[in-house]
Amino acid sequence: MTGGALIALGAATLAATISASARSGQAPGPPQTPVERPEVPPPPFSEGIFPCSACHADMPVNRTRRALSDMHTDIVLRHDEEHRWCLDCHSAEDRDVLHLASREPVPFEESYRLCGQCHGEKLRDWRAGVHGRRTGEWNGHKQYLLCAHCHNPHQPRFAPVAPKPAPRRPSRGSGAR
Amino acid sequence: MDPAAPKSTGITRRKFATAATAAAAGFVLTGCGPKRLYEMPRDRLRKALDDMEREYSNTYGKAVTVSDTGAAPGVLFGYALDLSRCIGCRRCVYACVEENNQSREPQVHWIRVLAMEKERGIDFAHADPYYQPELVPEEGKFYVPVACQQCRNAPCTKVCPTGATWTEPDGIVVIDYDWCIGCRCCMAACPYGARRFNWATPSIPPDELQPNTHYLGNRPRPKGVVEKCTFCIQRVRAGRYPACVEVCPVGARKFGNLLDPDSEIRYIMEHKRVMVLKQELNTVPKFFYFYAT
Repeated sequence: MTGGALIALGAATLAATISASARSGQAPGPPQTPVERPEVPPPPFSEGIFPCSACHADMPVNRTRRALSDMHTDIVLRHDEEHRWCLDCHSAEDRDVLHLASREPVPFEESYRLCGQCHGEKLRDWRAGVHGRRTGEWNGHKQYLLCAHCHNPHQPRFAPVAPKPAPRRPSRGSGAR
Repeated sequence: MDPAAPKSTGITRRKFATAATAAAAGFVLTGCGPKRLYEMPRDRLRKALDDMEREYSNTYGKAVTVSDTGAAPGVLFGYALDLSRCIGCRRCVYACVEENNQSREPQVHWIRVLAMEKERGIDFAHADPYYQPELVPEEGKFYVPVACQQCRNAPCTKVCPTGATWTEPDGIVVIDYDWCIGCRCCMAACPYGARRFNWATPSIPPDELQPNTHYLGNRPRPKGVVEKCTFCIQRVRAGRYPACVEVCPVGARKFGNLLDPDSEIRYIMEHKRVMVLKQELNTVPKFFYFYAT
């Protein structure tokens, strides 16, 4: 009974995998364990910047690597800038999404998949709740943050911050009153 | 000696011993005297909590609740702090002060962040808790926030002469402020310097009082008692993360149930390089430090 059910389930999974890969036109690889999509707040876009297609829809795509001079001059890339530029992460085909190295489009809400291509161990820790800030319940519902909520994707290193005041030194006369 | 003299009182040594034993047995059997929190009958405990809520509400002019939520079964709390991430910004220190109603004047901080030299490694003798540069982290420094380590083999609870501090079943070392006599033996016993004494009546601005309190945690304290980190007992027993975990801007602070194999804390224990402070003292802390990178 159980064995039969398992075989049926296996067959169904295989069929689903094959049809899925047939749709996306990829070779059938080893079945991937579905990773649940963590609940995250909306991506931290700059004011009025999204959707990108609002401006880019009518613009021809220039795939030449160059320094931007007309727009987006506020973005300074300090993120492996020797080897990387805009269209390595931002899709040229659909301006409102990102894309992986495989050119698979990735919405901004799942940008962690893009970051995880290079920072795989961080992505693993993040999924386990060990990298990054968590709020909520230790035994229940937790709020995750996207990588970009803490790290500016163009300059991911944290800027130094001002510390809160140091504790007062114990001194004569500051004790009991 | 006059042999008749002892008889004149009418009390023999035997009678005195019998009466004293009976009185002592009576004291023990009837449970005279004040009660510790969980020895109290439920109705008396509720009444004590009601009295406290009324007193605090009057003092601070807002509705204050005092919870007595007990430990959940199958839970042993553990904490882990990522030393490779901490930048020494002290956000945790002040989030703790606000959440746990620490005295603003005189100043009481449960968390102390120690700045240490990377060249020396963990070295308490040369640690500086008073660092105040313009920006952190500083070059060549790393930061070790220290609060109560919630030891499994806690030296502080062993020395208390009144039994006012003990380890709860979920692993939190707590203090009953009504039983603390302020002798500070526990502060001398603690090798981490994690306990604080109220030298004066604590002052908290009424609008800053955090009104959701726990009997063993953040309820307002009187003068002359010892206090310390309780993993935010009022929050974690309601299922929430401690305040310092949620405020940490770099996500260095992790908290969870050590008995739950799927918890974040267990993932850290099983996958990261984990250590405790002053391991050689065999205090067996449940507060761990780790390096995620």
